[in-house]
Amino acid sequence: MNFSGFFCSVRKNPLSFFFFFVGLGIILFVAGTLFNLLFKTLFLNTDNFYKVMQDETVLRSIWLTMYTSFLATIIAMIFGIPLAYVLARHDFPFKQVIESFIDIPIIIPHTVAGIALFSLLMKRGAIGGFFESIGIVFQDSMWGVVAAMLFVSYPFFVNAAKDGFASVNPNYENVARTLGASQTHAFLHITLPLSLRHVISGAIMSWARGVSEFGAVVVIAYYPMIASTLILYRFNTGGLSESQPIAVLLIIMCFITFMALRLVSKKKW
Amino acid sequence: MLKIKDISNDWDGIFSLKGIDLHVREGEYFVILGPTGAGKTLLLEIIAGLYYPDEGSIKLRGKDVTTLPPEKRNVGFLYQDYSLFPNYDSRSNIEYGLKVRKLPKEEINRIVEALTSMLDIGHLLSRDVTTLSGGEQQKVAMARALAVRPDILLLDEPFSALDEATKEKLINDMKALHRREGITTIHVTHSQEEAMILADRIAIMMDGRIVQVGDPKEIFFKPVSVDVARFVKVENIWDVDIVDNSPKGLLMKLDGKEILTGQYTSPIGERARLLIRPEDIVIGSGELTSARNRFRGTISSMEYHGFFNLLRIDCGFPVVVAVTMQSINDMGLEVGSEVGVFFKSTALHVVPI
Repeated sequence: MNFSGFFCSVRKNPLSFFFFFVGLGIILFVAGTLFNLLFKTLFLNTDNFYKVMQDETVLRSIWLTMYTSFLATIIAMIFGIPLAYVLARHDFPFKQVIESFIDIPIIIPHTVAGIALFSLLMKRGAIGGFFESIGIVFQDSMWGVVAAMLFVSYPFFVNAAKDGFASVNPNYENVARTLGASQTHAFLHITLPLSLRHVISGAIMSWARGVSEFGAVVVIAYYPMIASTLILYRFNTGGLSESQPIAVLLIIMCFITFMALRLVSKKKW
Repeated sequence: MLKIKDISNDWDGIFSLKGIDLHVREGEYFVILGPTGAGKTLLLEIIAGLYYPDEGSIKLRGKDVTTLPPEKRNVGFLYQDYSLFPNYDSRSNIEYGLKVRKLPKEEINRIVEALTSMLDIGHLLSRDVTTLSGGEQQKVAMARALAVRPDILLLDEPFSALDEATKEKLINDMKALHRREGITTIHVTHSQEEAMILADRIAIMMDGRIVQVGDPKEIFFKPVSVDVARFVKVENIWDVDIVDNSPKGLLMKLDGKEILTGQYTSPIGERARLLIRPEDIVIGSGELTSARNRFRGTISSMEYHGFFNLLRIDCGFPVVVAVTMQSINDMGLEVGSEVGVFFKSTALHVVPI
């Protein structure tokens, strides 16, 4: 679609033309907010930005955020792929209940999720003690961050993967099996490659959601500080000038990663 | 070859099979013909092992395969949409079953080579399957199914996604292929033309049941019930009284008119049902015909279907006749025209009521 084609179709559809400008409003709202932040930091507060870029605490917290969210996404994939496949391929009693249940982390306030996780996973929690005995501590640890991120982000992965598997014609697997392939072989060689784009985009969404999580994480693990926690801490202690550069650095690094992953997943598989 | 005994299945009441018995012979081209929703595809998938029946048994070459998974049955399956794997090119699709079996590379190449020349698809091998036309897809899917040398080939509406011209060509290709290779084939369809051209034997399936099995002649000219008759478009179904049994044949009475049939041994005084296809009735203005049954009537309605069209004629009893467009134009036929109606006594089929 080129521009002249677009304007041509707009002339024939005055309503769409009107809607386009209404819709533009919300884009401007978000773009304006981000532009304001980037502009102020990069051009009016440049020294502070450079200082933050060399601040090891900041860099470590950003790295921790990306890394823990990556771990959460991997765990979401290990459990989510089988779950999504069953939901996409089969009907069973209470399936809709399960599907609604999967969306619960999207609906509940994230501090509530954090409280719930904390009471389960803290050292005196329902299963936290057991995990501590095998060497995994959640309270104020990296694993707490991962658990909180997993809780809030896995629905994004499962839903995307489910759509992906559902979009693959089940006859492919049936044919593969008549040709002598086991169900596993058919899944790994036909269904999974064909839904890989959905799976990857689900993983990216899940990862991005994990990176942006704050509420649940801060309840279970204030330390080690992920980027969002650090930003709030610096905002409270040093104000906007201290916190803004970190925010901008986080935006830039997330955006770069996000675009890179998107580009990779756009490739034809 | 394939023995299906008393298979029943209930799928949420949507599709169900009720006591299916079938016996398909070695090398036979067997067509299961039935209206949409009769359960034909489900039956085929049960034969392939993709679903297990609630009851009954399936024997393939004397071996009970009722609960054997599809990968151990050695059947070839062709879906209506051909289901070529879109993540592979044509060659890799054909090779799929061979690679699963871990055959050596030379062996795979040899088999693909043979299939390529048999089906004339050499130019398609390196193509992306999403760019193939319907007919090309069908051939590649066929090669993929045949590559693993299946004991039996299962075809689910293999021609219904094709345009008319391609369909006609591929039906004839299929017939030639079957004649040459002699692979036992079960073909599911709702198309009577396909069944008529291809089938050695036909089973009529309606509402989850097999209602008649026979060669094409029996199915299309001697349907066992009114439902089958309607489905195979035997448009004329008359309930008559048998009034005389002469050496020439049976004499029947229908609304005061007399109809002579071929030779049957039915007792006089009984009621019987007469069936005749609309193609077996001719119309004309003159009397020059050897047909024993001659009536006059007026056209009450005309139904256009293309080359052949159906005329409903009131001869004191309703008669449906198939005529070509050419005849309609030549004879200047229209609703209300008076015409002579003729049919041979031997073209009538008598079934007991």
